[in-house]
Amino acid sequence: MTDTTEPGVHGRRLRVATAWLGGCSGCHMSFLDLDESLFDLADRADIVFGPLADIKVFPADVDLTLVEGSVTNSDNQELAAAIRANTTVVVSFGDCAVTGNITSLRNGLGDPSGMLERVYVEHPDLTGQLPTDVVPTLLPQALPLHDVIDVDVYLPGCPPSAARIKAALFALLDAIESGQDVQSVMATRAPDDIRFGN
Amino acid sequence: MTAAPTPRPGGARPSVPVTLDGTDVLAHEGETILALARRVGVPIPTLCQLDGLSVYGGCRLCSVEVAGEHRLPLACATEVVPEMEVRTTSPTLANHRRRIVALLFAEGSHVCAACVASGACELQDLASENGVDHISYEMTFPRTPVDASHPKFILDRDRCVLCTRCVRVCDEIEGAHVWDIAQRGNQAHLIAGMDQPWGEVSSCTWCGKCVAVCPTGALAWQGTAPGELHADPGLIAFLTDARDGTWDDRAGGNERRDDEEVAP
Amino acid sequence: MGAQIDLDAVRDGELGARSRRTHRALVCSSTGCLSAGAAGVRAALKADVEAAEQSETIQIVPTGCRGICSRGPLVQVEPRGEDPTLYQHVDTDGAHAIARDHLLGEGVTADVEVVAPNLPFLEGQVKVVLANAGRIDPERLEDSVAAGGYRALHTAITSMTPEQVLDQIDRSGLRGRGGAGYPTGRKWKLLAEAPGTDKVVVANGDEGDPGAFMDRTIMESDPHRVLEGLAIAGYATGAERGFLFLRAEYPLAIERLERAIRAAKRGRLLGKGIFGTDVTFNLEVRVGAGAFVCGEETALLASIEGRRGTPTLRPPYPTERGLWGQPTMINNVETLANIPPIINRGPEWFRSLGTEESPGTKVFALAGSLTTTGLIEVPMGISLRTIVEDMGEGVPGGRSFKAAQTGGPSGGCIPERFLDTPVDYEHLRALGSMMGSGGLVVIDDSVSMPEFARFYMEFCRDESCGKCVPCRVGTVELHALLDRICQGTGRQRDLRHLESLCRTVQATSLCGLGQSAPNPVVSTLEHFRSEYEALLTDVPAATTRGGS
Repeated sequence: MTDTTEPGVHGRRLRVATAWLGGCSGCHMSFLDLDESLFDLADRADIVFGPLADIKVFPADVDLTLVEGSVTNSDNQELAAAIRANTTVVVSFGDCAVTGNITSLRNGLGDPSGMLERVYVEHPDLTGQLPTDVVPTLLPQALPLHDVIDVDVYLPGCPPSAARIKAALFALLDAIESGQDVQSVMATRAPDDIRFGN
Repeated sequence: MTAAPTPRPGGARPSVPVTLDGTDVLAHEGETILALARRVGVPIPTLCQLDGLSVYGGCRLCSVEVAGEHRLPLACATEVVPEMEVRTTSPTLANHRRRIVALLFAEGSHVCAACVASGACELQDLASENGVDHISYEMTFPRTPVDASHPKFILDRDRCVLCTRCVRVCDEIEGAHVWDIAQRGNQAHLIAGMDQPWGEVSSCTWCGKCVAVCPTGALAWQGTAPGELHADPGLIAFLTDARDGTWDDRAGGNERRDDEEVAP
Repeated sequence: MGAQIDLDAVRDGELGARSRRTHRALVCSSTGCLSAGAAGVRAALKADVEAAEQSETIQIVPTGCRGICSRGPLVQVEPRGEDPTLYQHVDTDGAHAIARDHLLGEGVTADVEVVAPNLPFLEGQVKVVLANAGRIDPERLEDSVAAGGYRALHTAITSMTPEQVLDQIDRSGLRGRGGAGYPTGRKWKLLAEAPGTDKVVVANGDEGDPGAFMDRTIMESDPHRVLEGLAIAGYATGAERGFLFLRAEYPLAIERLERAIRAAKRGRLLGKGIFGTDVTFNLEVRVGAGAFVCGEETALLASIEGRRGTPTLRPPYPTERGLWGQPTMINNVETLANIPPIINRGPEWFRSLGTEESPGTKVFALAGSLTTTGLIEVPMGISLRTIVEDMGEGVPGGRSFKAAQTGGPSGGCIPERFLDTPVDYEHLRALGSMMGSGGLVVIDDSVSMPEFARFYMEFCRDESCGKCVPCRVGTVELHALLDRICQGTGRQRDLRHLESLCRTVQATSLCGLGQSAPNPVVSTLEHFRSEYEALLTDVPAATTRGGS
């Protein structure tokens, strides 16, 4: 399926990943709203990881990763580290990744143990106990992605509209292919392409 | 950029020569740099400034460069003088403005997605217009209790940027002085009455001007859902001009030309 | 209101009474010595003298500060016609020994330590504003008058025109001692020329730098000098009202100033018709609530008016529109304390002290890692090395000198290689520091400079008034960045943010507090950058920039 006549890097097609950390997946929904532009993306790149691709381990040698959600638990922390270790351009994708957004509203409440107690014990389901093995441990605070790993590009919005995703995504792919500095490419964005909230 | 001199109500034509971003323009005597820039269509970011209220000078966003000045004068507070050379944009100013906006986001709980003012918020717009796409400073994540004691309005201090527009409009226009600031530094916060729940402050007239001028979602109508609040900051200039007998040309309606007869 | 006092008669009466005493014991009763137990010392001396029924011949005098606060409580015994002896670290037992041996006995007691008269700390000083400090009872007008108090006010009012006074101050070259160094004569002229009939002069005693107590000492030790300076300022500028603004944390200074005002009014040295002329000058003490920012002049005026102490935009400057809209001038307490000697001895004498650009003396509060600390008054232009190595007798405990911090939280650090710099406004500013109000803290090699900068940033963060965004939030974020670096979790990007945010806070803050809050960070980064870099988690192996 790889077409080597397509432009790419290192003599291969571009490898794009998406990741879903502490967020509502709304950013991914907005990503799906790219509609027919998804075909343009498929023409240029392979989707090598993410909720849209059933792959369990973050792969090596990824050109660009869109990371949705804040870093809110131990799993997010590990995945964020893996993303950074294996990705050239990490994009903080949507307000939760960029600022913490809704997920960070709990931060003002302090230590999460009281909150867990309230949800799992005081208002119990059938078990009435704190989850142990299966649910990853909550971090004391839900953190913006750049507090945990270095981030190359920020794409705010809750969610970023499909138009904004499209503008940023294809400009980034162009930049990666032509070897341009992604930050200077993004620095020329119009005010409409940078917006918190919706 | 055109700089056609527009007459003021009363007929006086601008006569003070000023250079604004390299373009020669004529300013009115006593006009501030900000008023001039707005009149000729040059954008300067502002937050605490509001036409119709006294000058405060707290947000510092309208800092501009003036040739021969060591410091950065505020466009909102500095009157033009003949031959003044003003620069409203530069890489340095852009950096300062970006950092100031980012500081405001770091200080409060500005979660646009959950905010009544989203879509009509001046802080949200400032971030877009100044290219603030993330906050590189440590987020404070405050969690101050909301004051919902007023039957009509609600105060969420975590969204307050301490611009004091509400303090000034209540004091200077409504004459009630319900609002003021207590404490200092990062402990500074808005208080109603003698630091009472807003609903218990008997001097509040329920006029809603504070809500109309709030640049963020800190002051809102009760029962407003995220994105539903629409502040009306132009209301105040409209009121003060009406009081002075100089009707303004309020954007979006109430337009009235100078030669029109003013109803009593 | 009593009768007009006659300065000569009061002085002669006071000196006459003094000549009938065989001994005077001067007990330092300023805040420093009082906190070390001076009140008990004084009571013990008094009790012994009374028990010996010698109260008529031996006088126990509570005085202001002598400066060597680290050796307090201090007692100076002055037998008539003999050299004085200064005792240090006097406790009640020591007081009894002094009374027994020196006041009532044969001579100097061996049971209490004596300060060497040639102590370098004392020898290098030139006392102008502190001339009476430690020598007179600050609570007695007569003591002050006997030492020449109100002589300058009398001269100014009875034999000089306001213009002549202005001219003297202008020619003296005196500059504001609050830190910025604005020429005092120029400031006075601005007020004199301002239109309006209800002008106001204000003494700024809102000293707030950590470790600084120059103004407190002047007000506690010689309050009448401050009153006199302010009254002369009022006469020269046409102001009939004055305010003394100081902080609630200075209760002793408040008490002594208020007592001094009452005494001066009784003697018609203040109020209506001073010295029988038609000159009027009324004076009130106003006490702030202890906010550092109220030392900034517009915030100070707001506080006097009873409003929230936050700075306002300038222009209009206070000399145009100040207190209640009236033209107002604010002078630092130390500046005002220089006025009477300038009038008494002339501008040429004043210019003979200090340097061409910065004439006169400056009071410094010497603190930190020095063998001898306390308050000194030195001529401008003296080198930092003389102050640190000679007067302060260097860094004790086998430690070595690392830096001197001047200007408190607004100032900067001066490393060893600049120690020969003359201390004046221009030289200190050129080094990225400032004169400030006179705090001088010596740092030894055990101190981490990032932690030192963090301390001052914490101070500024807590003292920011909250009005403008760069200062209110910028100081919080600068402190957070410094904290991260000090705790060893900082990264290179934190250092970059630290530097860029310093620039924004300096450039865009409303008042001097915010504009200068980054100075300790900027100056320690300039001179000790390697200390910051060594704390970063991602520091490059070979770092060659900066260093100390």
